[in-house]
Amino acid sequence: MPEFTDLLFYGFAGLALFFGFLCVANPLSRSPVTSAMFLVLTIVSLAGLFILLHAFFLAAIQVLVYAGAVMVLFLFVIMLLDLKEEERRRFRRFTVGVGVVAVGVIAGLLLQTVLKAVPYSQTSTVLAVGATRPLGIILFTQYLLPFELLSLLLLVAMVGVILLTKKELK
Amino acid sequence: MNLFDYLEPTTQFVIFSAIKILIVFGVTMTFVAYAVLAERKISAWIQDRVGPNRTAPPITKFIPILGPMLVRLGIFQPMADGLKFLLKEDFTPAYVRKVYFWLAPAIAVIPAFLTFAVIPFGSTLGNPDNKMVIADLNVGVLYTFGIVSLGVYGIVLAGYAANSKYPFLGGIRSSAQMISYEIAMGMSVVAVFMVVGDLNLGAVVQYQAKHGWMVLHQPLAFAIFLIAAFAETNRLPFDLPESESELVGGYHTEYSSMKFALFFLGEYAAMISASAMMVTLFFGGWTLPFLSEPASSLLVGLLHIAIFIAKLVVLLVVFIWVRWMLPRFRYDQLMDLGWRRFIPLALGNILATALVLAFISP
Amino acid sequence: MSTKIVDRKPLSFFENSYLPTLMSGLKVTWKHFKKSALQGRPLTMEYPEQKWVVPQGYRGAPYLVKDQEGSTKCVSCQLCEFVCPPKAIRITPPGPNGAPADRRNAEKAPAEFEINMLRCIFCGLCQEVCPEEAIFLQKDYSLTGESREEMVYGKAKLLQMGGTHGGIQKWKHKLEEAEAQEVFPVRTN
Ligand code: SF4
Ligand code: SF4
Repeated sequence: MPEFTDLLFYGFAGLALFFGFLCVANPLSRSPVTSAMFLVLTIVSLAGLFILLHAFFLAAIQVLVYAGAVMVLFLFVIMLLDLKEEERRRFRRFTVGVGVVAVGVIAGLLLQTVLKAVPYSQTSTVLAVGATRPLGIILFTQYLLPFELLSLLLLVAMVGVILLTKKELK
Repeated sequence: MNLFDYLEPTTQFVIFSAIKILIVFGVTMTFVAYAVLAERKISAWIQDRVGPNRTAPPITKFIPILGPMLVRLGIFQPMADGLKFLLKEDFTPAYVRKVYFWLAPAIAVIPAFLTFAVIPFGSTLGNPDNKMVIADLNVGVLYTFGIVSLGVYGIVLAGYAANSKYPFLGGIRSSAQMISYEIAMGMSVVAVFMVVGDLNLGAVVQYQAKHGWMVLHQPLAFAIFLIAAFAETNRLPFDLPESESELVGGYHTEYSSMKFALFFLGEYAAMISASAMMVTLFFGGWTLPFLSEPASSLLVGLLHIAIFIAKLVVLLVVFIWVRWMLPRFRYDQLMDLGWRRFIPLALGNILATALVLAFISP
Repeated sequence: MSTKIVDRKPLSFFENSYLPTLMSGLKVTWKHFKKSALQGRPLTMEYPEQKWVVPQGYRGAPYLVKDQEGSTKCVSCQLCEFVCPPKAIRITPPGPNGAPADRRNAEKAPAEFEINMLRCIFCGLCQEVCPEEAIFLQKDYSLTGESREEMVYGKAKLLQMGGTHGGIQKWKHKLEEAEAQEVFPVRTN
């Protein structure tokens, strides 16, 4: 039923945009916790989009890592810091500027990708088979170097965090 | 053969899935109710008490010997409990954050039920295409972990919504605990999937039917998974999020009536789904060593489901029993156990499994 | 220095693995489970059917008692009302024109005598203080009622629940002596 899948696509895409908008500019509440929760919903909607692409692995990882772990830590920090004045703060020129630049760069990247992309039906058949196995094979052959470099990056971050928390270490 | 076969395959699939979802949901709810009863009874027996043995609807008078026996076992107690939860005053304190206060119980209960979707609770029923699993995902276990990791939100939000310090501390404790043990749990499972070579839970069951139960192959992984499951479901000895003696009731301190009942349901449903996962991953799912072929007849199909449920019940009793066996851990001990023992152990286990797979058995 | 510092032995590797703790926990719980579930010998009593046997000297609800002749022992001296710590007792004395006592060697009996069982703390001071041995803490431990009013026991109820108290009859001897004196022959005129 292609029509049904299309419907689902528009549903999830719409939800993702809607929640994303509420995450950054919620007219009803400026509470950081609410924003974080809408970010979680955005992530879950994105996972739905991945499922529609038959990328189950990506969908599961998206929920597991972003919604399940990263965002919980975010919530944690927000709650512990109790950002009261954050709710009152208005836009600052600097943040707006940085935001515009970031959005511009990302939009440019996206545009480039979209323009270069092959139509949906051709790529989906490649991914649809096992999802996990081909992904693993690709990661450990074709993309081995970036993959390992990324893990190195994470390691550096981890060591850095441990160093920061160990205050008595001089 | 019958009218059903004339329907389109997609329609058939939808109807079947709907039926399976309804039945699994119903059975799980019943299980939750009776898990509570089992908990009360077993705890009573371990503490030299009798446990619930009074609740009796009027009909039991008309059942000669069996009626009083059932009453003594407390079979009707869950109904009374449920009614009580429904009829109690649903109190919302004035200082809570209303939206989250209402959302949290629902968020807490949903993930626990969603995990049942990928668990194969039987082989087939009737026709060989009717697999007894709601969603036969090829990333089955990742789905489960994803859903379980969402379960934290219910608790964190409950702690945040209550806007008072005990629930907040409970929520914080719980989320830290769940995130920590999720890692150990995930890593312990990695070894299992390395042996099987597939993330699909049905494939895991098939593998065990051929090569024997996974506990025998991966005892360490099982031990870690079991203990992490205790921590994930906030059960004693790791029930720090709701430890009564320190935190009043933890994240559900401010809740009453049905909202509290939802947390309660969620906890037991999580316990059941964790047990179901363990049955599937480590105890051969619906198979027995001599009964591992997918069912050819309706009767065998039902038998397979019964086997699955029997294994599940055994694990549930283990869960309940441990609660009365061990005192609560201290929070630093809990974290120490999780990060400094289980994660290295699980990593070592992965390494050892990889070495064995690479060099000894191909 | 009375504080003695006991040093803790570091746990051995085996103990650190939590296995011995698990084993002993299992042993203890299994022992109790076996006793109460399999052998059917729980420690608890099933209350309304099985009743607890009250030991000697148990302080249950305070009731008024009668003597062998069936007359009220209480003389409405109000000492118990005075001593009762939670002020559970309220006595209405008969007053100057009230009915006399129903026994010959007493001047008066209470017109009304109430004990609020919801206030009573079963301390036994009323029994201790009563000069007439007219009030006793008896063995009732399950007092129930559907309203507060019902839990205030009046004189009639207290007497009925209290029953007859044999025991010592403090004034009987005195009474006999006095009666003997009345018929004593040596009299002026
Ligand atoms: S037992 Fe104590 S509290 Fe009760 S009536 Fe007597 S003096 Fe009062
Ligand atoms: S019960 Fe005893 S102490 Fe109380 S008024 Fe009567 S005689 Fe006096």
